[in-house]
Amino acid sequence: MSDILKIKEEYLKKLKENKSLDYLNQIKSELFGKNGKITNEFKKISNISSDERKKFASELNSAKDEIQTVIEKKIKDFEVEQINSRLQNEKVDVTLPERSFVQGKIHPVSQVIDEISSIFSEIGFSVEEGPDVENEYNNFTALNTPDNHPARDMHDTFYLDHKKEFLLRTHTSPVQVRTMMKGKPPFKIIAPGRTYRSDSDQTHAPMFHQVEGLHIDKNINMGHLKGCLNHFIKEFFEVDKIKMRFRPSHFPFTEPSAEVDIGYQLKDGKIIIGEGDKWLEILGCGMVHPNVLKNVKVDASKYQGYAFGIGIDRLAMLKYGINDLRAFFETDYRWISHFGFDPLDVPSNYRGLSR
Amino acid sequence: MKFAVDWLKDHLDTKLNDHKIIDKLTNIGLEVESFENQTSEFDDFIVAKIVNAEKHPNADRLRLCDVDIGKSETVKVVCGAPNAKNNLYTVYAPPGTIIPKNQLKLSVSKIRGVTSYGMLCSESELNISNESEGIIDLNVKKYGNQIGKKYFKNSGPKVIDLSITPNRADCLGVKGVARDLAAAGAGKLKQKKLYKIKFSGPQKIKVKITKEKNQGCTSFGSCLIKGIKNTESPKWLKDKILSLGQKPISAVVDITNYVMIDLNRPLHAYDADKIDKGIIVRNSKKGEKLDALDNKKYILDEGMCVISDNLGVLGLGGIIGGTKSGTELGTTNILLESAYFEPKSIRSTSKRLGLDTDAKFRFERGIDPNSIEEGLIKAAELIQKICGGTVSKIDVVKNEKFKNINVKFPLNLFKQITGFEIKSNEMIKILKDLGFLVKPNREHLNLTVPSWRHDIAQAIDIVEEIVRIKGYDKIKTEIPEKTRKKPTLNKQQKLFHLLQRSVASKGYYETITWSFTDSRINDMLKEEKQGVEIVNPISSDLNVLRSSIFSNLLFYLKKNLDRDIKDISLFEIGPAFYGNKPGQQEIVIGALRSGLVSRLNWIEKDRKLDVFDAKRDTIQSLGEIGLDQNKFNITSKAPSYYHPGKSGSINQNLDERIPIAYFGELHPNILQKLEIKTEALVLFEIYLDRIKMSKDKLKDQKMKYQFSDFQKSERDFAFIIDKNFKVQELVKIISEIDNSLIRDVKVFDLYEGENIPSGKKSIALNVTIQSMEKSLNDHDLEKINKLIISTVETKSGAKVRS
Repeated sequence: MSDILKIKEEYLKKLKENKSLDYLNQIKSELFGKNGKITNEFKKISNISSDERKKFASELNSAKDEIQTVIEKKIKDFEVEQINSRLQNEKVDVTLPERSFVQGKIHPVSQVIDEISSIFSEIGFSVEEGPDVENEYNNFTALNTPDNHPARDMHDTFYLDHKKEFLLRTHTSPVQVRTMMKGKPPFKIIAPGRTYRSDSDQTHAPMFHQVEGLHIDKNINMGHLKGCLNHFIKEFFEVDKIKMRFRPSHFPFTEPSAEVDIGYQLKDGKIIIGEGDKWLEILGCGMVHPNVLKNVKVDASKYQGYAFGIGIDRLAMLKYGINDLRAFFETDYRWISHFGFDPLDVPSNYRGLSR
Repeated sequence: MKFAVDWLKDHLDTKLNDHKIIDKLTNIGLEVESFENQTSEFDDFIVAKIVNAEKHPNADRLRLCDVDIGKSETVKVVCGAPNAKNNLYTVYAPPGTIIPKNQLKLSVSKIRGVTSYGMLCSESELNISNESEGIIDLNVKKYGNQIGKKYFKNSGPKVIDLSITPNRADCLGVKGVARDLAAAGAGKLKQKKLYKIKFSGPQKIKVKITKEKNQGCTSFGSCLIKGIKNTESPKWLKDKILSLGQKPISAVVDITNYVMIDLNRPLHAYDADKIDKGIIVRNSKKGEKLDALDNKKYILDEGMCVISDNLGVLGLGGIIGGTKSGTELGTTNILLESAYFEPKSIRSTSKRLGLDTDAKFRFERGIDPNSIEEGLIKAAELIQKICGGTVSKIDVVKNEKFKNINVKFPLNLFKQITGFEIKSNEMIKILKDLGFLVKPNREHLNLTVPSWRHDIAQAIDIVEEIVRIKGYDKIKTEIPEKTRKKPTLNKQQKLFHLLQRSVASKGYYETITWSFTDSRINDMLKEEKQGVEIVNPISSDLNVLRSSIFSNLLFYLKKNLDRDIKDISLFEIGPAFYGNKPGQQEIVIGALRSGLVSRLNWIEKDRKLDVFDAKRDTIQSLGEIGLDQNKFNITSKAPSYYHPGKSGSINQNLDERIPIAYFGELHPNILQKLEIKTEALVLFEIYLDRIKMSKDKLKDQKMKYQFSDFQKSERDFAFIIDKNFKVQELVKIISEIDNSLIRDVKVFDLYEGENIPSGKKSIALNVTIQSMEKSLNDHDLEKINKLIISTVETKSGAKVRS
């Protein structure tokens, strides 16, 4: 029997004993280490005569492979066994709480502004803005509400100087004035934003939000106004049917003017929009008064159109069942947590406005 | 305006029932606020159910009841009745109610230390019977579904409450309302009846309207009624006055009020014996005094329109009369005034004096100048009928003649504005019914506007008249086109939305607070900005516009901490102001975070928030909106409300002078002043208007996609460097050594203390080195290593740590 075969038999026998990983490593080094038995056999190759060399080499290589395969398998087995035994001790109680994660919130008013923008975006409106501080002209005079007009009394205005030249805008309508002054018709804009009136009780806050709408072009009539608002209300409340009522009203800057009511009913103390025989006023609108167009240098003989103003906070209250307006602005952490929206929940047309 | 619905029938022949009339009113723009039985003192008593009755904590004989009164929440009532028990249906009286038996007014009161809202009633308290043993026990079958409803059936007359828009002064009178209804097809307007009154002799008190600049009175009609016996009003008149929600006073007063509501024609009655010589209508002089009928003294300014006699002011024309010449029950001779005052003058006077009266409200909106005589005749006739006396001829002094307004109305304007068509005959009929004089032409109508319609001045107003009477429901609904010519949001607006949601996604709750704030808090935060005071603030602690986004956030943070909520993250995006002119405002996003990270956490050790938490959120948010974080220049300059050593600013790049953001910990002094108690408070603010956004889309700003597959190496370095030397500089020095090889520089340790000389610190960095062209060998790496060390040492004065 050749040395190679002897080594092989000896070690295959040794390997049958399932001792330990260390034992295997020891065998490995005894055979394949620097002075290992197999290593030494390989060193002999160069001294062997060429006709025997081939046989020797092949015998040696096959012995090496055979032993190695057994060793590798044994090692693997040991490792698996080791892992398995480790796992015995690695059980955790997965019902313990996860690592903490903080979730932020978007305020309902912001969410609703995004919903509104999304709806109007689809029918071609773009968003405009104006400053919170306005001058008396843009807020009143340009909007056909001269100083001696009783309608001014209905806007309890915050003034910033004693001459009453500067004020906090009482509505978003001055954005109409700014938009038309700086551009050329057609105009098709909405303008959401903060508005202010010195009025504070259970149902009024000194600051609230409105969205203004303005569409001026050739031949835009009350039918378009009705269609636009009908579309908006239906989309916003995400209902198939909406009961809507236009009723004559008065705003100095529109003529004819209208207020819009939507039908609702109360079910278990909750407001259900679109059904029932009760009416809820939700917005004011009308055809932009020729005097306003004149004030902003738009040719009223060529262009006409409509404007509307909607209370955003009220829409949010109706859609999301919030009862108290003042709570919107009181920063109660519990309230925001309850009524706020996930920041990833961005309103969009294709996915539906709300989840 | 409130009046009994039956009053309409004095002017309108109609077959419509009340509900049809109500609908009609709303449809033509006279909004019905309410339609209810005339209020009575018994309305307040409502059917209620005791949900829960338990013993009063401090009194054995009292019970504390939770009472369902048909509202979303129950009310707490303390009750002494032995029969107050769960599920009892009874009668509840809220605070403010007057109890019939003793005529006492209920108020919210503490009974043995527990607050009681209102009362549960016994039959005797309601004067129904003498039963006073316990509270009323209502039959469940009958009252089971009546909770919250009135207990006493109200059988008073039905009263309409109309909300009249400021343009429709004419509908502040019942007759005007009836006219509109008639035009809308609700019936026929009754024609003026002929008054049967005998005038005897001229009006002997001389009236003069002075001719002067800004004279507020254009005509003054009057008649003298002598020998009357002022008395209580008859029942029909009393009922009318009651339906207005007013109390009857005396026949003369009630009649003038009645005519005012009936015809929208304010009148004033003077005691003729108390007028010295004649009446002079003139502008007031500064300092003149008036004891007015509201029992207040007014000191007049210059130029207010007053009715006076030889001795002084008798009243403010069209606003309020004076006590001196007022009528009383004993008055026998009266002068009745029916005048026209200019709205502008009325408005200016009442504003200056802060005076609001029913007459003022009407004159300010515009009275029919042609109703002077009708009003006088109607009132005089009634006075004569009820109080007797002789009536003089009517005297009208005029300074100006009233001219009707004419409007040319192109027929096609109607369709152009409303989008639908109606025949010209129908238009003409509507306008005639509203009182217009109509002269039709082929293409247009020549219209004379009735004297009571001050609101109509041009053709567009006529469109509204026709369309509101025709009905807004006739307007078609045009389906909107789904086309878009301009992007919905501009760059700045997109930035707003993105940043808002970016900050929220880091765990912050968005809030919206007032744009105004408490100057005491604002002063701590406003830096050099000019404070903007509100002239008429809603309250003294909301008296300035906020100069900083944080003034309200800090206030509300404290409120939440006081509610025992511990770890709070809040942000707001909105305006901060630096002046009182339009545009002197900036959009700021401000965020606060307080408390601990990992509080009460079984797996992570808790720690206080610090400046680097704030910095992470700021940098990350700015990165998310598309800015290049590698270009940011951080400095340690921040506003004074930040902790001076633990705060910083971010400039968009080295060239920009004005920071786009600040971050840091709040100055401890402010924490102390505001009494905010928390372990830590960090904050950051981003100025959206200062951010320079590239015109390119993000995709176009990105560099070409390339990567290296060659071996990458990492080397660690530690440098001992001056304590004040900014790590940002150190990283920059290394990064710029060789752009083609140095891919990344990470700071992984900061050490000061033992083994480091004082005034120095040790910074450990990990540098990633990789070439795009080849695998670097030991020689290449050694070369770059040496270069890094030598460059850092030369440029920063650092020493490599061995």
